[in-house]
Amino acid sequence: MDVTELARWQFGITTVYHFLFVPLTIGLVFMVAAFETAWVRTGNEKWLKLTRFYGKLFLINFAMGLVTGIVQEFQFGMNWSEYSRFVGDVFGAPLAMEALVAFFLESTFLGLWIFGWDKLPKRIHAACIWVVAVGTVLSAYFILAANSWMQNPVGYRINPDTGRAELTDIVAVLTNKVALITVPHTVAGCFLVAGGLVTAVAVWHLVRRPGQDTGAYRSAVKIGAWTTLVAMGAMLLTGDVQGKIMTEVQPMKMAAAEALYESEQPAPFSAFTVGTLDGSRPVWSVEIPGLLSFLGTGSFDGRVEGINDLQAQYEQKYGPGSYKPNIPLTYWTFRLMIGLGAAAALLALWALWAIRGGRTPRSRWLVRALPLLPLLPLVANSTGWIFTEMGRQPWVVFGQMKTAAANSPNVTAAELITSLVVFTVLYGALAFIEVRLLLKYARAGLPDVSPPPPVESDEDRPLAFAY
Amino acid sequence: MELTTLWFLLIAGLFIGYFVLEGFDFGVGMLVPVLGRDDRERRVVINTIGPLWDGNEVWLITAGGAMFAAFPEWYATLFSGFYLPLLLILAALILRGVAFDFRGKRPEAAWRRRWDRCIVFGSAVPAFVWGVVFANVVRGIPLNAGHDHVGSLLDLLNPYALLGGVTMVALFVTHGAIFIALKTSGDIRRRANLLAGRAGTGAAALAVLFLGLTLALRGGTAAVVLSVLAAVCLVGGLVANRLRSRTDPEGRREGWAFAGTAAAIALAVASLFAGLHPYVLPSTVEPAVNSLTLLNAASSAYTLKIMSWVAVVFAPIVVLYQGWTYWVFRKRIGTQNIPE
Repeated sequence: MDVTELARWQFGITTVYHFLFVPLTIGLVFMVAAFETAWVRTGNEKWLKLTRFYGKLFLINFAMGLVTGIVQEFQFGMNWSEYSRFVGDVFGAPLAMEALVAFFLESTFLGLWIFGWDKLPKRIHAACIWVVAVGTVLSAYFILAANSWMQNPVGYRINPDTGRAELTDIVAVLTNKVALITVPHTVAGCFLVAGGLVTAVAVWHLVRRPGQDTGAYRSAVKIGAWTTLVAMGAMLLTGDVQGKIMTEVQPMKMAAAEALYESEQPAPFSAFTVGTLDGSRPVWSVEIPGLLSFLGTGSFDGRVEGINDLQAQYEQKYGPGSYKPNIPLTYWTFRLMIGLGAAAALLALWALWAIRGGRTPRSRWLVRALPLLPLLPLVANSTGWIFTEMGRQPWVVFGQMKTAAANSPNVTAAELITSLVVFTVLYGALAFIEVRLLLKYARAGLPDVSPPPPVESDEDRPLAFAY
Repeated sequence: MELTTLWFLLIAGLFIGYFVLEGFDFGVGMLVPVLGRDDRERRVVINTIGPLWDGNEVWLITAGGAMFAAFPEWYATLFSGFYLPLLLILAALILRGVAFDFRGKRPEAAWRRRWDRCIVFGSAVPAFVWGVVFANVVRGIPLNAGHDHVGSLLDLLNPYALLGGVTMVALFVTHGAIFIALKTSGDIRRRANLLAGRAGTGAAALAVLFLGLTLALRGGTAAVVLSVLAAVCLVGGLVANRLRSRTDPEGRREGWAFAGTAAAIALAVASLFAGLHPYVLPSTVEPAVNSLTLLNAASSAYTLKIMSWVAVVFAPIVVLYQGWTYWVFRKRIGTQNIPE
């Protein structure tokens, strides 16, 4: 394996890992904020219990998202210095804005929220978690604007003297149509995961600990399941728009999503294929006529360009070489993304059905399926990212810079193997610890929220929260 | 002012903010097992920075982002050139951040001890490695015509850079001890003051030696003035550390002491940047051609202009609300305040 391959593996592993925590952070912070707001407005203690309970799960998860996020920022310079030199002028801007505008908000106000229960008035305290929530979405927006520029570079020119990309229009970068549709799609994906987690934990308690805090858990199931369902609807709507934009700006990615070798009009969408994907005809497949045309062009009769035609076009435009991404990988990740997300929505429906009209869920199968409720959309998020990043290959910046030319020339294979091993071992161990902690606190159930016993002097009062 | 100069100053400012703020929380982290004799005391020590450390760390992330946007060449050369040192910093910061959060999540002594070790490792290692990295940046590293670092890891571990690392650790231990004294009550406060006095003497000696060598290497009037002021502030802080508090006979003038070490760290880092100017990363090979300067490392004028507006609007807001956090959590804590 050469250094570029190693650097790609490291980026893939660390980024997919980072994005296991991000969706739960973004989705859960809004739900916790909503619970706390409900408590402030109604005074009903069940909302405070839900805030504290899911807040704790949120924090365990946030810690991991935070520390793995630092690696992301450093990694561009460490492993992809040629990329950084080429794009820094454009790509660095949203990254710096993310840090200055979003990260400070998130970290500072989260500190206030965690430790400020007894130091801030109720409303201000609730406002703090809303500020964190806004911070997470701002952060998503800036980083996705940066990523979208790699998919669809806009608002720049190549400086003929230095050969580097230079920003010419920041508004174009920040309103890149790929970014504007990727942000809602990604954020909806976050709610899919968080809704799943909230539902799964609450259903588990309803089944296993009947009679305890039933009202609160029932509310949590309803809110969680509806969040999942609405998020899935949003996924489909935004995904549909995204598919059309992708067909326009990165047709090769769309062709690779279907493993469509020859251009077709109308083009079918295959739900499953058994057979070789190297261009020979499939042995067996379930096809829906015209669906790919609809996904790509909005018309069931539209023409979708095939991989071979695009390869020929690109060779003419960019010179000899392969412009095909890894087809089996793009084909299957695209299907897993959609299929797993939809399966999670079905599970959420099942959970809603199981508690209808005040019923206590009894199905043993539902309990067994509960872990899947957050896990399926989590994997769907990952496969979606793997699809969109692998589908861009061989480019790191579409049409401008190939991945093979982007890595740091002075970083050796030995150094890369060292960092790859360090991150993989560290991340693996931390994942194990984090999952066990999450399960421990999820099983513990809603906390007691009665006020602490009075103390003689204010100086001796225990902190409402301490590490 | 040239926008490149403005951004050089801004990045220097971000690193100054980072080292002043994360400096004390690195120090606090290193002192957890030293000043905390039992679990309750260790929790007091950790909780002095509980609500603050995360926001402090963002100064580094912002400095990195600002470097990427304003001086992509600097960012690319520095981060790829110091590959293994930065890997070490990352691993340490990961362990440290997780440790703060996970430590209290289980009651077992072994569990907490393990995370305490991560906190010490995660605080001491970045402090030392940042010292090594910054010393090497000021000293210069071998760059080729493509601005890539061509030296080896062993070159980075030269005596001057190692001195930089040790100085950084000593300064942060002092700064952290004074911060703990400022934020706690009771016996921990007394011990923290004592420890700050002892560590401070060593830190002052190391800092004078390191800054002296730095000036010999890359001195200018500004760097000299800033270094002298840094030394004066450090001594002032250590004097305040000996003076008895007016309100509490057990305490010392911790506020002034903290102001002294904070100013000393700020001025020392500023003197490094002043010495560096107009370079951002000098090369020891063909310095005239291969060095990275404000001019050849910078982004286009348009990017700098946009980023300047963003910084002008948002940086003051950040400082305001972060300042507010410090105000909200201004009260001293002691063992009596630690919940079960």
